[in-house]
Amino acid sequence: MDEQRIRPSKAARRVGATGPRPISPARLAAHAGEVKGEDRSEEFTSTLEVVKSRLTGDYSVDDFGFDPQFTDRVLMEIFRPLYRHWFRVEVSGIDAVPSGGGALIVANHSGTIALDSVMTQVAVHDEHPAHRNLRMLGADLVFQTPFIGDLARRAGHTLACHADAERLLASGEVVGVWPEGFKGIGKPFAERYRLQRFGRGGFVSAAVRTGVPIIPTAIVGAEEIYPMIANASVLARFLGLPFFPVTPTFPALGPLGLIPLPSKWLIHFDDPIPTDHLPPGSADDPAVLFDITDQVRERIQRRLYDLLAQRGGVFG
Amino acid sequence: MGVVAVVTGVSRYLGGMVADLLVGQPGVDRVIGVDVIPPPAPLTAEFVRADIRNPVLGRIMEDAGVDTVVHMGVIATPRQAGGRSVMKDINVIGTMQLLAACQRSESVRHLVVKSTAAVYGSGPRDPALVTEDVPPRHPPTSGWAKDSAEVEDYVRAFGRRRSDVHITTLRFANIVGPGMRTGMTSYLTMPVVPTVLGFDPRLQFVHEDDAIDVTLKAVVQRSRGTYNIAGDGVVLLSQAVHAMNRIMLPVPVSTLSFVGRSLARGAWADFSRDQIRYLTYGRALDTSAAADNLGFWPRFGSHEALASLASAVHAHG
Repeated sequence: MDEQRIRPSKAARRVGATGPRPISPARLAAHAGEVKGEDRSEEFTSTLEVVKSRLTGDYSVDDFGFDPQFTDRVLMEIFRPLYRHWFRVEVSGIDAVPSGGGALIVANHSGTIALDSVMTQVAVHDEHPAHRNLRMLGADLVFQTPFIGDLARRAGHTLACHADAERLLASGEVVGVWPEGFKGIGKPFAERYRLQRFGRGGFVSAAVRTGVPIIPTAIVGAEEIYPMIANASVLARFLGLPFFPVTPTFPALGPLGLIPLPSKWLIHFDDPIPTDHLPPGSADDPAVLFDITDQVRERIQRRLYDLLAQRGGVFG
Repeated sequence: MGVVAVVTGVSRYLGGMVADLLVGQPGVDRVIGVDVIPPPAPLTAEFVRADIRNPVLGRIMEDAGVDTVVHMGVIATPRQAGGRSVMKDINVIGTMQLLAACQRSESVRHLVVKSTAAVYGSGPRDPALVTEDVPPRHPPTSGWAKDSAEVEDYVRAFGRRRSDVHITTLRFANIVGPGMRTGMTSYLTMPVVPTVLGFDPRLQFVHEDDAIDVTLKAVVQRSRGTYNIAGDGVVLLSQAVHAMNRIMLPVPVSTLSFVGRSLARGAWADFSRDQIRYLTYGRALDTSAAADNLGFWPRFGSHEALASLASAVHAHG
């Protein structure tokens, strides 16, 4: 039913049907035999079409405000170099993400700025054979912030609440959740790779209710991009922020301090935890939910230590 | 015996259309339109010039044996009423009087209320699609939206006292079309449309024909319940401005009211606090209840509804 609601505009349909999609290594490899020049001119035309449709508002967004064209053609293009060349993200276990149908990715959160979720979105989109769009659940703070909230909706994110999580999962989307929230990204550097409390575990009930698998995901590398040595809590309260980070370079070096350190990243998607075998009514049974929450948390924590050992140096 | 209906607010487009079209519906015997001012063109339905704040309405209902009341008399802009305090008076006191008459009447079996999705308010903590049963997270604080929320409160209270009366409350997204003139249509037809810098809210529209259809359907089916009514899909404000062929002017939210009022001189465009919140955070409705329980699917999606407004505006220059 949600499919019907997405009303593809003419240009979007054209792009979707014939235009070349953004280049990913997998696709480049697949097209390696083709004539390069033709490919490029085709891409140029389609870029013009994209620009035209952006300028005239002739593109479609779904009910959540997800703008696939913008995500594909703008956001992914911006973050891909960061993903590939700066953080040199290595992904394992991507097969845990199904090619169709709903799934819930649950990952650890860190890094002062939520770049880890953006990188996970790039990973799922680029590395998965079905190029799935990761739909993320974010805090209300995100959606009340000018520009950021708008970008988040366009990128397919929505508010972390039961209604939205269940709606997305039920309509067969891959949903990403970072249950540590601000406790995760705003923790001091000394506590790196130590999982914080998992909120109230509402994400588990959404997965159980919709019967989708939960994929515990461990992200190593994001902790070191902005090592937070202190939290200017008075300033944070004044600005209405959950925390105000002080890193070795920020705010001391001003805008330069905003450049993330080029740590080496590893993302591992662990084996899915099925929820469709649970008896009906499990979504309302706190014991079942706590049990699954603990299981997810432990798996992520264990995998974090494994990945850390595997990575060796912070900068690879 | 067929339906004998009273329709309030018939001197405005939607109320007049509903009253007139109700006349031709199967099983409808008599339709009495009520408004304080005479309709711009004569109605097919009977017209009684009366103020719903006046007890005369109760006598009319008594004499005619009215069994269905369609309340479309809640007005949206102070300009229509001649000032905010008059508007509030008509909306809230008028509804109270109407409900008092309904409560007394032994013949009334069905009440249909035209409400608005503005009763949900707008904010960053709203789910992407709002359902009817969830209490609003950001209740409206002013103007038409607050009036509508109060009207709904009184209607709910009436429902508790007269549980034998079926009540249908229809919460409409912004109704647009060639015949409609509202705060939203005025806003979107301003030559330069001021918007909130850094936000591109999701909006929804419902075509006036769909709004009329669903109201008729509710009357004829004697349905009960509260339903969100909106065209499928969402339109971003920037897309809406493009569709209307207007120029968008993003300004900081604190200046929107000032800029808007200066640019909108003489127009009905609404820059109340609630409207500004709506233009910041937007809102979209889950309309599955209307489809499942009312059997209503709008013919126009949100984009198509807006396009019909755009072409009507274009045709009139």
